[in-house]
Amino acid sequence: MPQDQTERRVVVTGPPRRTGRASGYYRPRTEIDEQTTLGHTYVRSLMRTQLRAALTVFAVLGLLVGPLPLVFAVTPNARRLEWLVLGFGLYAPLVLLARWYVRRAERNERDFVRLVEDR
Amino acid sequence: MYSGYAVPAVALVVVATVLVGAFGLRISRTTSDFYVASRTVGPRLNAAAISGEYLSAASFLGIAGLVLVQGPDMLWYPVGYTAGYLVLLLFVAAPLRRSGAYTLPDFAEARLASPAVRRLAGAFVVGVGWLYLLPQLQGAGLTLTVLTGAPDSLGGIIVAVVVTAIVAAGGMRSITFVQAFQYWLKLTALLVPALFLVLAWQGDGAPRNAFDEPAGFREQRVVRVDDTLDLKLEEPLTVTVTGTVDGRRHEDDSLRLSAGTHRIEQSTRLTFDKGDPVPTADSAGGGLSPSRAESRAERPLYATYGLILATFLGTMGLPHVVVRFYTSPHGVAARRTTVAVLALIGGFYLLPPVYGALGRLYAPELTLTGDADAAVLLLPERMIGGVGGDLLGALVAGGAFAAFLSTASGLTMAVAGVLTQDVLPARGVRHFRLGTVLAMAVPLAASALVGGLPVADAVGLAFAVSASSFCPLLVLGIWWRRLTPPGAAAGMLLGGGSAFLAVGATMAGFPGGGPWHALLAWPALWSVPLGFLTMVLVSLATPGRVPAGTAAILARFHLPEELRAEVKA
Repeated sequence: MPQDQTERRVVVTGPPRRTGRASGYYRPRTEIDEQTTLGHTYVRSLMRTQLRAALTVFAVLGLLVGPLPLVFAVTPNARRLEWLVLGFGLYAPLVLLARWYVRRAERNERDFVRLVEDR
Repeated sequence: MYSGYAVPAVALVVVATVLVGAFGLRISRTTSDFYVASRTVGPRLNAAAISGEYLSAASFLGIAGLVLVQGPDMLWYPVGYTAGYLVLLLFVAAPLRRSGAYTLPDFAEARLASPAVRRLAGAFVVGVGWLYLLPQLQGAGLTLTVLTGAPDSLGGIIVAVVVTAIVAAGGMRSITFVQAFQYWLKLTALLVPALFLVLAWQGDGAPRNAFDEPAGFREQRVVRVDDTLDLKLEEPLTVTVTGTVDGRRHEDDSLRLSAGTHRIEQSTRLTFDKGDPVPTADSAGGGLSPSRAESRAERPLYATYGLILATFLGTMGLPHVVVRFYTSPHGVAARRTTVAVLALIGGFYLLPPVYGALGRLYAPELTLTGDADAAVLLLPERMIGGVGGDLLGALVAGGAFAAFLSTASGLTMAVAGVLTQDVLPARGVRHFRLGTVLAMAVPLAASALVGGLPVADAVGLAFAVSASSFCPLLVLGIWWRRLTPPGAAAGMLLGGGSAFLAVGATMAGFPGGGPWHALLAWPALWSVPLGFLTMVLVSLATPGRVPAGTAAILARFHLPEELRAEVKA
């Protein structure tokens, strides 16, 4: 790795900047950008929706997993069931829960962008 | 054993790792490249890298060994390791990426504008990282010893040198390639032999008593006890003994052991007959698995819930996991990456139970010899034999080494990052290299010092500490606007610190037994609520200390990227 090249090189990183500014100057967006109380209310509402989505999926996860140790404890004869459920049965539901959440979270964000930019 | 093939296999993995690392090195040029791969790693590559990094020796060897010894309850470990990513996705993934910080301490400082909290988070990162590195190095030593009879420390030294060289030379970018490569290597190394093993099992008439409790011997088998152990029998059992049992010498005697506990001295030979149940054994043996067998027997339900809480919530705070999210190009990609990670890890974890079940059928005596962690390594030879078995065994050995290398390099990367930014004076690539050497030297020295201790418990300890310190910091930091620096510091110290002390006390054998023992051995159930509660209460008590820019920072965490261009944080 040649040393001088390292120092001369300038790397610009970060997400791509906005493509056009035309849609960006409606009221709600400006409120957010200028951090007014109204802008904060918008952000707060987004946070609340996202938190609700996360807590919903978390609750489903808890209901799915939480009772299992109890079930296995009261049915000591169901060893084979325990093998199958813990060994092979839980991973697919976990992935499905994750996909459900991501879809919901992305939809929330799209809705929010639409609300802020196009009203 | 099959050292003839295993050594070339391990060597091949090491060489391939270095080569893939060198390929990344040619692209890695700037400081940003070094730490976060210039944030241009796509979801698929990044997901394979995260999974490769995450699947450590404990996953590759330890789970099968644990299941072999303690039965299906231990399958909660892989379930927890996977579900931890789901919890991370729900509460942390996208906002963490949008926070734009390099490391956990960066996050703490960005959110709370407090250098003190930053330093505290840095201390926890280094502590958790070193705790997690220790079993990796010792596991490498154990694997090499099992395979070749090489001295215990050699495997650890090899891993330490290779990892330090790769991380110091290429940084994150090259590590991303290395990790992605190693996920697929590990999957192959476990999947291909598993297919052959299942075929061999079918050819054997597909015996189904793998799930029986307790496991039984399928043929007459001689077991040589390497370390003194206490054998627990639920029913009387007749065995042939050469050696010392309960303080009495025997020479090829048939001995009827009554129900209860019997002490078997070192290097005793026991011959079990076909159909005998495999007795359970307590030994001081270490190994890779987060064992704590005794405390589990006392409070199984409590212990299971403690384990679930620690792994579900602890994953998000593991330093080598968190640092990976900064390499995603944006928050949406970070989320999608996490879903891919869940699928990759979940797919991988379908395999260790197969090895555990087959191990109960074909190598049940491993529970007595204290080498249960070697089950994955030994099964191909035991079930298939011949050149094919040797080759498959070598493949597994190579995969195990990939597991040590990848997790160790990820951890080294994270610890070195913190050391460079917060401990060493100036920033820059040269100091990062110094930090790398330091990050690896300490656990290597520690592994030489603590040699025989059951350091595998360190994996469980790392999860418990992370769940009670970083989980509250991340979750409250991202979702709660009233968090204050004193609250965060107090919560981390009280939650993480008490978890740390509790498991430390257990490892030192402090409380002996009873409910206190269970409480201390599985701290997550009380230390996680303690961490959260302390953080909330102290924050509420210091309302004047809420950082001035909190609203803007939370907006940056949560606003989609399209809206971010003009937000000045």
